[in-house]
Amino acid sequence: MTQRALILFVGLFILFLAVGWTMGAANTSLLLVQSFAYALIALGLNIQWGYGGLFNFGIMGFLMVGGFAVTFISYPVNGSFWSSEGPLMLARAVLAFAAGALLVVGARNAHRVGIKGGWKTVLLIIAWSAAYMVYRSQIDPAVKYIEANAGWVGGLGLHPVLGWAFGGLLAAGIAYIVGRICLGLRTDYLAIATIGISEIIRALLKNMDWLTRGTLTVSPIPWPTPVPQDLQAQGISIANSFIVARLGYLAIVIVILALIFFLVQRAYGGPWGRMMRAIRDNHIAAASMGKNVTARQLEIFILGSVMMGIGGAILVSFSQIYDPGAYQPINHTFLIWVMVIVGGAGNNWGAIFGALLIYITWMISDPVAQFVFNSISVRTSEWGWGAIPEIQSRASQMRVLVLGLVITVALRFAPRGLIPEVVKREA
Amino acid sequence: MNEFIFFFNNVLISGVVLGSIYAVGAIGVTLIFGILRFAHFAHGDMMTMGGFIAFLLAAACAALGIVAPVPTGFLVLPIAMVIAAIIALGIDKGFYAPLRKRGAKPVTLLIASIGVTLIIQGLIRLFFGSGSYSFFATEIKQLIRIPVPLPDVTRTINFTQPQLLMVVCTVIVVLALHFFLTRTRLGKAMRAMADNADLAQVSGINTKLVVRVTWIIAGALACMAGTMLALDVSLKPDLAFNIVLPIFAAAIVGGLGQAYGAIAGGFLIGFAETLAIFNWAILLRPFKDFVPFALPTDLAVVPTEYKLTVAFVILVIVLLWRPTGIFKGAST
Repeated sequence: MTQRALILFVGLFILFLAVGWTMGAANTSLLLVQSFAYALIALGLNIQWGYGGLFNFGIMGFLMVGGFAVTFISYPVNGSFWSSEGPLMLARAVLAFAAGALLVVGARNAHRVGIKGGWKTVLLIIAWSAAYMVYRSQIDPAVKYIEANAGWVGGLGLHPVLGWAFGGLLAAGIAYIVGRICLGLRTDYLAIATIGISEIIRALLKNMDWLTRGTLTVSPIPWPTPVPQDLQAQGISIANSFIVARLGYLAIVIVILALIFFLVQRAYGGPWGRMMRAIRDNHIAAASMGKNVTARQLEIFILGSVMMGIGGAILVSFSQIYDPGAYQPINHTFLIWVMVIVGGAGNNWGAIFGALLIYITWMISDPVAQFVFNSISVRTSEWGWGAIPEIQSRASQMRVLVLGLVITVALRFAPRGLIPEVVKREA
Repeated sequence: MNEFIFFFNNVLISGVVLGSIYAVGAIGVTLIFGILRFAHFAHGDMMTMGGFIAFLLAAACAALGIVAPVPTGFLVLPIAMVIAAIIALGIDKGFYAPLRKRGAKPVTLLIASIGVTLIIQGLIRLFFGSGSYSFFATEIKQLIRIPVPLPDVTRTINFTQPQLLMVVCTVIVVLALHFFLTRTRLGKAMRAMADNADLAQVSGINTKLVVRVTWIIAGALACMAGTMLALDVSLKPDLAFNIVLPIFAAAIVGGLGQAYGAIAGGFLIGFAETLAIFNWAILLRPFKDFVPFALPTDLAVVPTEYKLTVAFVILVIVLLWRPTGIFKGAST
């Protein structure tokens, strides 16, 4: 099995070299940074699905949260917001939110003062509606005021790496809430529930113009390493500055990935990983052995989501633009799933291999399809059938089809992935 | 009274229309789950595909100069449904049947359905680009206005001809499905298999035939729902992602595997969405002279942008309060 993995990785390296040779070093360095960021995200999904057997279809939501976090932390401070009434009004909204939360918690504990059964349900509904109304009464004017006067909240102007950490933290918080609600559900219910939550996160971040500028997008978001423009100022030629700057960024990403990979790989072999696999394979048996299945699943769900949050933050920092409208379930949820399934769920090397392979396939399907269409078009014109119309836009849609074909073929012929999980069985 | 008619037009009529679309889509999801025990994620894309088949047929009809008293979309709907049913059978044969034969777990089939989603979506985008299309580029969408015979009512009850036909079609389909499930041998066999597949097989039910019939019904209904949605709004390649969530919500709320539950769930979600985005301040307007304080102008439960979240919130509440859905659903 190690030999097979080795051959596959050598093949992947040759593929990257070939792509680098045809597309140029600058494009390849871009591809490398993004594919390693996706590898981190795929590791996160591998923890959730491969170790824990949890069906998370809401990856897009966690990536968006990570992206928002790094935007908020690292974007320069918006002076006109902080000098206006905005912070005060937002603070009032936070207070209203806290008051609402207290109300709901109070209603949930109503049984302690003797309110039970149907009356408690009624009280709960009233408490929820009252909390919602109180919150809306404070947040709505605040939003209107901020959008009219300061535009949006702006950032905090801190270091991007802090933003990445905050992305992980925020994703963990959301994963905790999501997990508490949904983790008791069956597999397919969990899939629907997580899709729904990621759609809600997208709707929120896209429409909360006061917080994220919504579809107006935020840019440029700073890098933790020197950007190409800095290097150009130091006298490095434009072509080289892009390569050097991206390699610098790549170094950080690889360090983070290597660190997390090491920890995750160690955890897999240890008692913790064994327990997780036991829960995945038969949660009833694991529960009967005294394992707290729900708590362990919540734990692994949060851990995986943290990696997704960090990965999403790294991607946004790298592209320097946060555009909530650009997130699509295909590009940010299903792509990652294909990576893990094709690579091999449960095997970290497989997840990384899948991420690199699928990302490069995803990126080169467009130019390859364009090339193929162009050659067919020449033929059909010769035959008098006329050229293929709108080759450019058609070719860019090909990647979705290629992704679908790849996962279908993989499920059919290599259902456990290219580098499958090694199941050790003691005799 | 004017305000009430506004409420009627904006909430009840659009709720019924939206509910019909969701119900027809959710029936397919719930039948596939009942018989094959997996959540068929590609259903939204099968709907989009059905919409595009109907669109192509309608364009062909327009080119041939066929004119009918009903919109061409409805004229070609039966043919489109047949084509979609055949394609659905082909999809099962090509993608799901080999996995089932291998004894794959339902989760693997679920992942396979994502592959199917991507393939269908890729093909649609390859041929139709990413723009939006309308059935009513050459035809007129007839607006029906019914005046209300009451004093000082100026508003009329408004709906379009396609909306009326949609509701009629939904009623026909639901009745046909009801008679199929309760009166025919095959329908009873389907219900038996949904209840207990092994028991159905040992009692001599041809399970392969039941699976095929399930795909035929699901494919045809997906085509119908997709065409209805396209007739009501517009036809886009990424129609599916906005629709798959409410449809699954409807199927789960009704109890997965329960055809009647899916219908109820579809209407529940449809009405909940229109009720939640309705601005209730309009209904208070007649009383503005009788109260001493100024009435608020915006009282919608959620802003329009968050319409999609309504379906999901209902889903979560139902899952927490009654995990198998309102009607008791299948549990595997």
